[in-house]
Amino acid sequence: MFQRWKDSITPTDIVMWMIGGSMLLMIVWGSVATLVEGKYTGRHWVDFVIFGLAQGSIYALIATGYTMVYGVLRMINFAHGEVFMSGPFTAYYAAAAMYRTDFLDNHPFMALMVIFLVAMSVSTTIAFFLEKVAYRPLRGAPRLIPLITAIGASFFLQYLFRGLYGSGVQAYPVIKVLEGQWMIFGIRILKFQVVVILAAILLMVGLYSFIMLTRVGKAIRAVSEDKEASALMGINVDGMISTTFVIGGMAAGAAGVLYALMFKQVHFFMGFIPGIKAFTAAVLGGIGNIPGAMLGGIFLGLIESVGPSLFLDGLGIPAPYQLKDAIAFTMLVLVLIFRPTGIMGERLAVKKA
Amino acid sequence: MTHARSIWNNGVKTGIIGGVAVLIISLVGMVVSFNRRDIIFEFIAMGHTLLLMTGILIGYTAAKKTTATTTMVKCFNAVVASLVTFSFLALLVIIGNAVNLRAILVNASPMLYKALTLGHHDSAAGIFIILGIGLLCGICAAVLYSVPTAVRRITITALCSVVIAGVLQDLLRPVLLAWGPMSVISDFLFAGNGLTAAGALTVILVIAGIMTVWNFKGDDVKENYQHFSGGTQRGIKIGAFVLLACVLLILPQIVGLFLSEVLTIVGLYVLLGLGLNIVVGYAGLLDLGYVAFFAIGSYVTAILTSPELGFFALNFWQALPFAVLVGICFGVLLGIPVLKMRGDYLAIATLGFGEIIRILVLSDALRPWLGGAQGINKIGKPSLMGYEFSQPQEIYYFILAGCLLVVFISMRLKDSRLGRAWMAMREDEDVAQAMGINLVATKLLAFASGAGFSALSGAIFSAKIGSVYPHSFSVFISINIICLIIVGGMGSIPGVIVGAAALVGLPELLREFADYRMFVYGAALVAMMLLRPEGLWPDVRHKMELHKDESVAEEPQVSTAT
Repeated sequence: MFQRWKDSITPTDIVMWMIGGSMLLMIVWGSVATLVEGKYTGRHWVDFVIFGLAQGSIYALIATGYTMVYGVLRMINFAHGEVFMSGPFTAYYAAAAMYRTDFLDNHPFMALMVIFLVAMSVSTTIAFFLEKVAYRPLRGAPRLIPLITAIGASFFLQYLFRGLYGSGVQAYPVIKVLEGQWMIFGIRILKFQVVVILAAILLMVGLYSFIMLTRVGKAIRAVSEDKEASALMGINVDGMISTTFVIGGMAAGAAGVLYALMFKQVHFFMGFIPGIKAFTAAVLGGIGNIPGAMLGGIFLGLIESVGPSLFLDGLGIPAPYQLKDAIAFTMLVLVLIFRPTGIMGERLAVKKA
Repeated sequence: MTHARSIWNNGVKTGIIGGVAVLIISLVGMVVSFNRRDIIFEFIAMGHTLLLMTGILIGYTAAKKTTATTTMVKCFNAVVASLVTFSFLALLVIIGNAVNLRAILVNASPMLYKALTLGHHDSAAGIFIILGIGLLCGICAAVLYSVPTAVRRITITALCSVVIAGVLQDLLRPVLLAWGPMSVISDFLFAGNGLTAAGALTVILVIAGIMTVWNFKGDDVKENYQHFSGGTQRGIKIGAFVLLACVLLILPQIVGLFLSEVLTIVGLYVLLGLGLNIVVGYAGLLDLGYVAFFAIGSYVTAILTSPELGFFALNFWQALPFAVLVGICFGVLLGIPVLKMRGDYLAIATLGFGEIIRILVLSDALRPWLGGAQGINKIGKPSLMGYEFSQPQEIYYFILAGCLLVVFISMRLKDSRLGRAWMAMREDEDVAQAMGINLVATKLLAFASGAGFSALSGAIFSAKIGSVYPHSFSVFISINIICLIIVGGMGSIPGVIVGAAALVGLPELLREFADYRMFVYGAALVAMMLLRPEGLWPDVRHKMELHKDESVAEEPQVSTAT
């Protein structure tokens, strides 16, 4: 027994564990030091956590799109961040028009519905045509080719929207109802954060039940298991792939509006960073796995918001918040060292990826 | 009735695609801003040329795609497609005159309508002008379709060369002017902000003449070459090589300062591309964080040579080996954690490394050592026997030497035992391992050699610029390098050079249209992958893989050229 165990360990494994272990050690040490130092009070931590949850649930929504597309096509849809951007950027004009006519403040719920509708339909359209024009002709091509196509499509869409709507940053109108705070269980929470988290949870539950409970969802799962076999079973594979893009586009559009509510601005480049983060989240959770993507998104959001203060402040590093992305990516590498297929990764990652 | 519909069905469908394309071209502002430059002076502007070319292309595509057998129907479809395409623009003008689109679409300006209707935007005549132009495009496309292939090819090449000459006029003119006797040619060819009519005609005739001669004699020449003895063929090859070397050597002296600068940038990307080509092209490891090693090379050089930080004060040549060495060490170091990851997991982990390095360099935490956002200045310039490389024209030689060295190493590596191990690993890791290849060592060697090349180009880069900033090392550099490798042809050394010239050189040359640079870049990447996935100058083996089923290379179907 011991002998077998000994044989299966290679020097590289030991080096990897040493790297991973030392990183973990630093994280633990930093956290303990920060907590002992007591620079932040409980209120701070709660704020960090709630902000992280809100941000993370947006990542999670985008990540589901990445992960579903990966599931059916085994490709990184690099342009997904642009699908995310297109919705709220277009919906900005609806929001601004409603703001001018005071509709936004008089009927905030209706107005929000309109914004969501516009954003989701634009994102969905973009995702649908993206698949049809750019990816469909490439079925069966070597893996790097769709990746480059996706990168190209990403640039194209970014600069298309820049050309159409201009390169400036547009400030999203403030919705008065969502300003201010609520007290929940004695914790003060900003209203829009509550809305973002609730809306994201609602959407994710809806999305997950659609995939798990409906016939179409079952068909999509079948296609992501095995395209040929599902075609033989009478499933319209191309149709299901389109549907996947449509659903991913809807989730991304909705996530875009939540993002706009949170950061109150839109511009043509806003999709790039969240896109990469969401992709990271999808990989973190185990790419191709929907609950994994959601979990990965929330985990990433939390780490980004709590991590810098918790891990680095105690080590005496100045301006730790600048390093939040470095922490997020370090976490990713750390997770992948110990679980090369992500937190909830499955067998498909081992062979097919 | 149904029969009549089915006849032009294809034309209408293609026309709608074309219509969306011209709408996008107009609404992102390309027409207006390209119109500032004329292709032929006071005759046709660049924006209009773009629209005309799209119209003709769409008409031609429609004719080609139609299944009908008679030429008549095909030509009819071409006309229909072009008309439909341009009717979108007519619709835009009508709507634009009625509603103020500018509140949302910033480029839907009166200027655009004026450009589209040739100045008649406020009368009905404008609509008819647009449709008339559409008709004209359709007829041109139909004529192009019905003439014999040879004639078509000659016509298209000749017309395209005029367009290219017009687009690149700002580059051609200084080059021609710099050489005393050539300035006469420049005066003859160019006037105002475009070609002269006579100049354009000359270009058309000359190119058409050359093409015609090649068309009829080209096969003879090729055949003659085949008949030469092995020695002579070798001689010709060596001659061509020497000629190429001479051209490369005197190039910066001919083309002037700006073009030399562009050449140095292309050269740097060739260096980077060749390094990544080992990792991605040979070994099949998708590395999206390649810029990390570039940054490491630059920063090591900067720290070692810059007096600003005051740690060391080596000269460039002393710092160079350290830069490469540190790069290689980091290649191994960052390679170890990702040894077990495959495919997209590897991609995102390496992307993470790239970002981590950039963020660390940018952060205040490491500012005393790495300079933070302000970067490091006063990096030592390389000098050789008292001669300092500082002008782009001098740096060019320096980079050229680097490129030649790296090309040589790459070529030797490709067919070496290690190179074959990399390619085996690319095709199937498990099988490669079963064949006795040590995956760990092979992978780490790939990462290390790629990182070494990257660090080398980083060192040269920092010496060229004279200062390093964290912002020079964004993830876009990595993405750009990946793209140039794939566009050039994966695993192919000349492919990397062609790819760098196309994806880095061309955008630099067309800097004046910087607003649309990324737009066109993105569209070109997509079109390229759809039409020619094997790349511009593919590796033979890779090409065979992509065209397994096709015995004859078909002409690609142009369907989504936007």
